[in-house]
Amino acid sequence: MLVNEKIAIEHGLKSDEYKKICKLLKRTPNITELGIFSAMWNEHCSYKSSRIHLKKLHTKGKKVIQGPGENAGVIDIEDGDAIVFKIESHNHPSFIEPYQGAATGVGGIMRDVFTMGARPIANLNSIHFGSTQNKKTKNLLRGVVHGIGGYGNCMGVPTIAGQTSFDRSYNGNILVNAMTLGLVKKDKIFYSKAAGLNKPVIYVGSKTGRDGIHGASMASASFDEKIEEKKPTVQVGDPFTEKLLLEACLELMSGDSIIAIQDMGAAGLTSSSIEMASKGNLGIEINLNKVPCRETKMTPYEIMLSESQERMLIVLESGKEEIAKKIFDKWNLDFAVIGKTTNTKNIELFFDNKQVANIPVNTLVENSPMYDRKWKKSKLPKKNKIDKTTLKSLKIKDTLKKILSSPNVCSKEWIWQQYDHTVMGDTIQKPGGDSGVVRVHKTDKAIAATVDSSATYCWAHPLTGGKQVVCETWRNLISVGAKPIAVTNCLNFGSPEKEENMGEFVECVQGISEACKYLDYPVVSGNVSFYNETKDIGIKPTPTIGGVGLIKDYKKMITMDFKEIDNIVLVIGKTEGHIDQSLLSRIILNENNGPPPEVNLFNEKNNGLTLLNLMEKNFIKSAHDVSLGGIITALSKMCLKGNKGIQIKKPNFLINEIEYFFAEDQGRYLIEINAKDLKEVSKILDKNSVHYDEIGKIIDKEMIIDQKTKLTIDELKSYNTNWLKSYMD
Amino acid sequence: MKSSVITFPGSNCDRDMDVALTKFGFKNKMVWHNDQELPKSDLIVLPGGFSYGDYLRCGSMASKSKIMHSVINFAKSGGLVMGICNGFQILVESGLVPGVLLRNKYLQFICKNVHVKVDNKENTFFKNLDKKVLEFHIAHNEGNYFCTNDQLKEIEDNNQIAIYYCDQNGNTNDQINPNGSIKNIAGIFNKEKNVLGMMPHPERMIDESLSGEDGSIFFKNLLNNIK
Repeated sequence: MLVNEKIAIEHGLKSDEYKKICKLLKRTPNITELGIFSAMWNEHCSYKSSRIHLKKLHTKGKKVIQGPGENAGVIDIEDGDAIVFKIESHNHPSFIEPYQGAATGVGGIMRDVFTMGARPIANLNSIHFGSTQNKKTKNLLRGVVHGIGGYGNCMGVPTIAGQTSFDRSYNGNILVNAMTLGLVKKDKIFYSKAAGLNKPVIYVGSKTGRDGIHGASMASASFDEKIEEKKPTVQVGDPFTEKLLLEACLELMSGDSIIAIQDMGAAGLTSSSIEMASKGNLGIEINLNKVPCRETKMTPYEIMLSESQERMLIVLESGKEEIAKKIFDKWNLDFAVIGKTTNTKNIELFFDNKQVANIPVNTLVENSPMYDRKWKKSKLPKKNKIDKTTLKSLKIKDTLKKILSSPNVCSKEWIWQQYDHTVMGDTIQKPGGDSGVVRVHKTDKAIAATVDSSATYCWAHPLTGGKQVVCETWRNLISVGAKPIAVTNCLNFGSPEKEENMGEFVECVQGISEACKYLDYPVVSGNVSFYNETKDIGIKPTPTIGGVGLIKDYKKMITMDFKEIDNIVLVIGKTEGHIDQSLLSRIILNENNGPPPEVNLFNEKNNGLTLLNLMEKNFIKSAHDVSLGGIITALSKMCLKGNKGIQIKKPNFLINEIEYFFAEDQGRYLIEINAKDLKEVSKILDKNSVHYDEIGKIIDKEMIIDQKTKLTIDELKSYNTNWLKSYMD
Repeated sequence: MKSSVITFPGSNCDRDMDVALTKFGFKNKMVWHNDQELPKSDLIVLPGGFSYGDYLRCGSMASKSKIMHSVINFAKSGGLVMGICNGFQILVESGLVPGVLLRNKYLQFICKNVHVKVDNKENTFFKNLDKKVLEFHIAHNEGNYFCTNDQLKEIEDNNQIAIYYCDQNGNTNDQINPNGSIKNIAGIFNKEKNVLGMMPHPERMIDESLSGEDGSIFFKNLLNNIK
């Protein structure tokens, strides 16, 4: 097939990008080569719109062993142990085929982690759906949850935490972000950099089929009404094979046979081979007839662009082929020597004894397009003038009921009960807490992980929103007693070709970077998902942050359930009464404008570290961060989890009671302490200039707000736990 | 006491079971499904997971694997065999215990703590257990126990029901039945009571930081009974 500009454009390339290809090659590419360029140069693989801005992220720190640029990030957790982790999106496929889209998203991220030699020890996910009124939402939610469970449960990796939200802006584009953490010895980490000449290049795992061809290109385009026709580009997952692949790879990794290893994810054999060659500054020669194929008569083009799952590419030490083959035979997986490393610095493909592609590796990687797209700075919206009489007319009990049972606050038990969260026998904090926590097997250490996003805040003001999400994950980790170490980010946005969307991206990234830098909480891995829009309607900017922290002694882990009657509850951090963009404002007052709550990084850091200090001294019995729905919502959750009540005493403030209870000011926590420790705790808080109020005392089975307003724990439970289940039934 | 845990392709609770058995004093060995011979053992465990992906009926492929011939012979000669979750499914498929395990009634995977009532203590698994109700943990998609009326009668006549799903006070009713199992059956013996298949995972309840500690009670008691 002769290639021309029209065919290039059908491959998603722009006219000037095609011209650049011809110029770099000094000739017209053939169809296989064009396919390879289109796969490497699409947004998903090349980060062409985001690269220039991602450089600004804060990525360094004392605990960082590997930052962005590898299959996943790696952090040091002492004693020779390291945690490998990353989050990735699988948004587009999940909208088209929710079960397989979500399942292969989970499979892909786990592969990224075990490619580096780490055994996956925990999965998390952040999933976002359209309005609960939208007729597609229910099926999409059901399919995605089944898919995540179907894959993760079979792999035997616990799903320990997650986030689910509903917002109209996801009606035509749901988000499915999957995160995995793995455990590895610091001196047994594997990388994707090839080295040495004439080293065998090995293909292992499943056979290659025609599924997923051009999946990465699909993820780099917006949707239109013909989206259902794209079903064949969604890959099909096989968690059983992945489980075998995991065990086989870890078995091979325990020896010294591997030089470099890379999973075949987006753009399959193309990106994995090119990545390894590029990092090693080498060439690679592949005989495509040697690639194990599932279907007959597959062309070089199809073999190179297939996104069949559960496959790996390995550069082996010469002479280790037999040892490696024996392991993969034991696990019943395909094993084939398909090529070798060369000094040409080209990727050379052969098929039926003919050369079918010959491309300099640097043209695909270093010379890939990079755009400094136009972007629009957003202004901080004006504060709303909230009518005090409207606020005063609200009944606390009714308002709380509506908030506790609202889709974004209600219990997500219906979802996480479908995920195996206890396999591997080390889950010490299950979903439903501030962070999931797993022990580091056979040690006293534990790893806490959380995932969060706040699209509403980011939409109202991207810079503040970006900071806020980072701080929210920081607080989630602190609340379980973990010292936050690093984050991974999944940046979900609309089209970068629109100035508003690009502006949201640039400013969210800036906010993330500022917060990460201030908190010494670097970004070590991540991915970008643009073009989350259908028929020109984009999603709200949704950067998702996955935070990871360390608990040195797992017995000191904190949970949010109230522990003991007569203990005192303190609010840490100042309550100013910020209502704009709060849940109260949006679902009770029907007001969607105004600025998000301000983020004060000094307070965030100071409050968090002071709490860790108090936890170290065993003063804190339970803790929970204050987020959506404010203090009263957070208190309700502590009550219903602990099956205990609270006698609230509202501190003397100038702000209205409703504002005090429902405001979403940042940097706040609720902590439970023993009354006898109050003096000592106050001293430490005062010394560190941490603002606190005493909000009440724990009592039995009832939340008493004032003499007229009382709620039983059973009432709180029924508001919070029933909504999702009855919605789905 | 010596135990062996069989690893099938797709088993994923094999390590957890090894950890639990070792913790309570068993000398445990891991056995590969393709081996022909069992090491000398006082107890054989078929662990949970998704053997062969459970793509065919759960447990059916594994029930035909090489090692299962030895396991079946071991059981028939009176050796103790325990199958947990997928291991229970394998036992059912290999005919060592009666009945079948269907998909959960609400067609969803369920992962949560449950209570089970121990009905029959005249066997090595539960003898001397001083609790009647245990808190265990389930995580499965196909745990809905079913059998024919004739089989049920036979099972009941022979006292083969090992544990029932119940509330914390030991009451069995439909509301607390998590998966639709007939008669709330969570675990079952063979006629001779030397083979036990059950859906709950005692190995996930072995210290206070986990979902609970009733698994510890179960394993300690089991070890004492075998001694």
